[in-house]
Amino acid sequence: MSVPVLAVEHVYKYFGDYPALRDVSFSLHGGECLALLGRNGAGKTTMLKILAGLSGAAQGEVKLFGDSPRQASARRRIGLLGHGIGVYDELTAIENLNIFAQLYGVSKTVAREWLERTQLAHVADSPVREFSRGMRQRLAVARAFLHNPALLILDEPFTALDDRAIALLQGLLADAKAAGRTIIMSTHQLREAMELATHVALIERGKLVHFGPRTPEMLMDPGYVYRTFGAV
Amino acid sequence: MIFLQVAAKDLRSELRTKESLNASLSFAVVILLLFSFAFDPSGEAVAEFSGGLLWLVFAFAGALILNRSFARELPNDCLEVLIASPVSGAQLFLGKSVASFVLLLAIELICLPIFGIFYNITWTPKFWPLLGVFLLGTWAMTILGTLFSALTVNLSLRELMLPMLLYPMMIPALMSAMRLTTILLSGNDIGGDDLVWLRLLIGFDVVFTTLALALVETILVR
Repeated sequence: MSVPVLAVEHVYKYFGDYPALRDVSFSLHGGECLALLGRNGAGKTTMLKILAGLSGAAQGEVKLFGDSPRQASARRRIGLLGHGIGVYDELTAIENLNIFAQLYGVSKTVAREWLERTQLAHVADSPVREFSRGMRQRLAVARAFLHNPALLILDEPFTALDDRAIALLQGLLADAKAAGRTIIMSTHQLREAMELATHVALIERGKLVHFGPRTPEMLMDPGYVYRTFGAV
Repeated sequence: MIFLQVAAKDLRSELRTKESLNASLSFAVVILLLFSFAFDPSGEAVAEFSGGLLWLVFAFAGALILNRSFARELPNDCLEVLIASPVSGAQLFLGKSVASFVLLLAIELICLPIFGIFYNITWTPKFWPLLGVFLLGTWAMTILGTLFSALTVNLSLRELMLPMLLYPMMIPALMSAMRLTTILLSGNDIGGDDLVWLRLLIGFDVVFTTLALALVETILVR
């Protein structure tokens, strides 16, 4: 079996005495897409922050591409779309993408291409603060995909997106999966997630109560995971 | 040279909004003006406390610039995206320090002639040595202030916490910068026993730059 893109082994995380994650273990290979499910406060965002190298695990080990998430080589291959859009309001769309292109060592031509792809080329030189919510979200998607990441970490990516942005993101994620990229996304939008997912995980109060392949039952009935594996 | 890209980004953001620049400059000018009412600007004693007065103004105005250093990244969760990027914590920190340094130095260079007018101090003959002291003192304030800005960025009381942490730690550098500035504004050259203040300031810069670069990754990734 090939080296997993992402390997989480016996990870614990505490906030004070509160265990946000308890003995979480799973792994993903290239081309796999994990829908990370769980209620609010279950530990999904904490898990994703550890994977993105934004936070450290109290115990256990996380490896991305065989390296620590804090290694620059691992981070260069991650695309992160979190709760915030991660772009600067006072800068223009193209200035934002150019900054991230420089940080990831990508040519500025690619930034222009992504503006075209996200249908923002006509507002390339306008400040982001003048953008509608949907346009800001599309710019965030462009920022996350700009460097062609091998691993996409998405924290509730469909939340608050408009229809156009949902369609754009679904298309990009389907393309990424087909191209062998690995995707991990936390979400409450079960239907959208199940269509993309190859694997499903359920976290409850910091504990991974289910991890396995997505089954036809989950696709037909998105509530199946909670009813079958959840405690409540 | 990724840190220069980070610095350029911060400077561009600040020049667009002028949030901390306007606040810091107006604050500095107002303090200089108010102190000129408190002391007799024509008195000979002015030269004796000129360095102290000037650096206190810079320290107060500097806190406003330094507070924004990492707080600028909070809207839209930009800090998370930067930390998750391949840029190391040290490069990110250095870039932010350079941006704050440029902004703070600009404020100081605007304040110097205003100070000269308000307090009847002739500073032009000693401009170049003064600039050297400003560079060293400002770097000391910037490096420490940026580190504390990273440390306090997620606190609701960060505007209060940063000066509370920064000023006590800054005392050796502030004392050196004040002393050296006073010597130069009194029309004297730095030499003899006064060189110890210069060495202290340079030593402070070297030690705290090294420490900050080594510690910042731990501060950013919690």
